[in-house]
Amino acid sequence: MRSAIVARTIDTCSLLREVSGSRNGASVLFVGTVRDLNDGSAVSGIDYSAYATMAERELAEIVREASSRWGTDDIVVEHRIGTLEVADASVVIAVAHPHRDEAYQASRYVIEELKKRLPIWKREHYLDGRSEWVAQGAPTESSGSHTEVAGR
Amino acid sequence: MTVRVLLFASYADALGASELALEVPSGARVRDVLERVKGLAVGKRVPDKPMVAVNQRYARDDQVVSAADEVAIIPPVAGG
Repeated sequence: MRSAIVARTIDTCSLLREVSGSRNGASVLFVGTVRDLNDGSAVSGIDYSAYATMAERELAEIVREASSRWGTDDIVVEHRIGTLEVADASVVIAVAHPHRDEAYQASRYVIEELKKRLPIWKREHYLDGRSEWVAQGAPTESSGSHTEVAGR
Repeated sequence: MTVRVLLFASYADALGASELALEVPSGARVRDVLERVKGLAVGKRVPDKPMVAVNQRYARDDQVVSAADEVAIIPPVAGG
């Protein structure tokens, strides 16, 4: 198990190598990349910023949860921050397991949880020169969301 | 006591600072710290009940804070 917030290019293949092994019959690699179009606006790049100490802690916890729920220690996740261009990888999740069903499920869990819980923000820059903070639909208005997030 | 409050992303832009030092009574809870932030001239730009973390963990608004705590107001997250 390993997770990190990094400020450099993510070496996708090395993450896959890190989790592969003869005991595992399935390796799942998820690569999240910067899209060229969001809500109808042509995107030129994204600045990712983080509350780094908390993001590292929260990401490690998500990986531990997936590891114990699906029974594999072979999970490696890196999330990149800083300035990314279109098609750059922002997050890479590598999961390996003796069986594919568990590998897929664990990978899906990690991406969905990190989207809800990691204190990371992105400012999108558009080809027309505008830029905006992106809200991903996380709950912000009700105090109930605190319990929901903290209780996981 | 003085509590350190961290701001990020859109909230840091809105308040024009990435960190505040706020005076609150001892025994204050997360919601009292938020009240102090909302009381600032620029504090209106923070929503009524934002997500808050205390010492890098998501916290409820009734959690008691101490002077040594690191309180952070967390804008809607957008990782991935």
